[in-house]
Amino acid sequence: MISVIALFIKSTISQGIPLLFGSTGEIVTEKSGNLNLGIPGIMYVGGISGIVGAYLYEHSTSAPSAFLLILIPLLSCLIGSALMALIYAFLTATLRANQNVTGLALTTFGVGVGNFFGGSLLSFFNEKGSISTLETAKCFKAYLPFADKLGVFGDTFLSFGFLTYLAIVIAVIASWYLNHTRPGLNLRAVGENPATADAAGINVIRHKYVSTILGGMIAGLGGLYFVMDYTGGSWTNDGFGDRGWLAIAIVIFALWKPISAIWSSFIFGGLYTIAIQMPGLSSSSKELIWMLPYVVTIAVLVATSLRKKRENQPPASLGLSYFREDR
Amino acid sequence: MTERVKKEPLMHISKRADLVWWKGWIIRAVAIVAALLVCALVIVWLTGYNPIKVYAEMIRGNFGTKRKIWILLQRLAMLLCISLAVTPAFKMKFWNLGAQGQVLMGALAATACMFYSKSSLPSWALILVMFLAAVISGMIWAFIPAIFKANWNTNETLFTLMMNYIAIQSVKYAVAVWVPNGSGKLPILNPSTHAGWLPDLFGQEYVVNILIVALVTILMAIYLKYTKQGYEISVVGGSENTARYVGISVKRVILRTLLISGALCGLAGFLLVSGTNHSLTESIEEGMGFTAIMVSWLAKFSPITMVFTSFLIVFLQRGASAIATTFQLNESVADILTGIILFFIIGCEFFIRYKVNFRKKSKEGDK
Repeated sequence: MISVIALFIKSTISQGIPLLFGSTGEIVTEKSGNLNLGIPGIMYVGGISGIVGAYLYEHSTSAPSAFLLILIPLLSCLIGSALMALIYAFLTATLRANQNVTGLALTTFGVGVGNFFGGSLLSFFNEKGSISTLETAKCFKAYLPFADKLGVFGDTFLSFGFLTYLAIVIAVIASWYLNHTRPGLNLRAVGENPATADAAGINVIRHKYVSTILGGMIAGLGGLYFVMDYTGGSWTNDGFGDRGWLAIAIVIFALWKPISAIWSSFIFGGLYTIAIQMPGLSSSSKELIWMLPYVVTIAVLVATSLRKKRENQPPASLGLSYFREDR
Repeated sequence: MTERVKKEPLMHISKRADLVWWKGWIIRAVAIVAALLVCALVIVWLTGYNPIKVYAEMIRGNFGTKRKIWILLQRLAMLLCISLAVTPAFKMKFWNLGAQGQVLMGALAATACMFYSKSSLPSWALILVMFLAAVISGMIWAFIPAIFKANWNTNETLFTLMMNYIAIQSVKYAVAVWVPNGSGKLPILNPSTHAGWLPDLFGQEYVVNILIVALVTILMAIYLKYTKQGYEISVVGGSENTARYVGISVKRVILRTLLISGALCGLAGFLLVSGTNHSLTESIEEGMGFTAIMVSWLAKFSPITMVFTSFLIVFLQRGASAIATTFQLNESVADILTGIILFFIIGCEFFIRYKVNFRKKSKEGDK
């Protein structure tokens, strides 16, 4: 029984981590008033640029060093997702384009980039099959050597690669940054009322850029985690599925608080796990379980708008572009 | 802009008072040409093929054979139908991202009628029942977020987005119930009797779809431009406070408009099932619910312009999948090209709405 529970917890954690990265990134972005619906696309790009970086490095050297095996995919993932977020920030903050349309276009583009390179990278090198970067994945999955010796506890909670703990650390830092630092306060001001923030001397455009790009990079790590840790260094087209949208759902569920995003991600990850692994479920009832996260999210969305508690509301200027000249 | 010099900044931005309509279209045309150039660069970089050859292949993929042209028209009709559906809501600044879900619920209802009726109804009656069921389901799916938006100002973007996934899961659930084991795919329904299939006209299977959507386009253009309700939509979209001040019930306009929006999405679902696929999968709308949002926005919410913008998108997608097969690329190249073109068109709107004034030597007050 204990081993079943341990297995469930492990699976829940590994399902929850990509969602946690995605939702922390989206929270940081949304706090500046940018409703970035491109997050699913950014996560695809984060995943594919990480795996492409890993592939190129693994194939360029015969004796890869563990340090570079981690560093190169990590950097290429961060650069890829930062560029995607930069497109969004440039179009919405500088060119003042509509956020929903830009976000959806970014998702179309990002999913296309992911599936295109994932599906045809090898044909550029005249190879067949699908990409796999086992060496890199091994480094990403490496865990503390003594975790094995701690029995069930070590196996359940300590046997993950560093990205798992990084996700939680980033969420905690994001929460601290947003709520307890001056730049975080400024950022929230920009998201709530950019005109007031502007009048107070806060550089609205710069804040929007910084938070969108930072948020994109955090979300991109979710894609990297998925390809390296979850699938063990391989890419399947559309394998990431709708996790990006689920991350956006979690942002609502967690009421725009990174700390709540941690446990929310694990709840959603748990539902995912039940749907996939629960024995004896018919395929139709599995589909109903997959529906639950979205139903619950809608319930939370409705409840917050009914209760009108001020600290639980979305950023007031969410989805709106800011023009200083407009009144 | 961050440098602290005493000079006037290099450029500043001012709103254009009014732009002659053709200038706007020139800017858009330049953007599309620039986008195609970037796409050509991307194609060369990715594949090394001659881009002109690739574009010729795209045109061939769309217009190469009679059959291809019909498929193009059919896809155009479906995308246009969904774009028309989301338009009145967008004009009111109600961000209905739930077209996908509304189409799926329509398609689900239509398929359910087909699945359970067996041969108890004559085909025309079945088609009628399917039509009504689809339209009503679409309306219900759009009405739920509308109620909450109208009464409690619940964020409709996120609400409708979540409704999509509930619809997807409902479709998957229904298919799993109908096909309990085996492939998990619903086969084509009534393949021999063609009960519930829209009839062929002039020997072509898609003509009815196309005619229906053409009719809807004209009606929507008239509705938005020449009726009182259409006017109310633009007033609410312009400013809710103004609308309230002149005595328009914003709540009623939201609910009514979303019913129309949902009904048209349901219609699209019906056409997809009855007139096109005669079966159901959760990907039956092929991402058109999201694409429609971009189509509608690119056309500035004008139903007639939407014919062209949806043509542009469908042309690109069909063309890109043709390139993909000919040059043995991955299908997803279509999404990349669509994305690039959308970025350019989205970006160029800025230059239509605003003027960039560069620093001048002599200081004359601009504007």
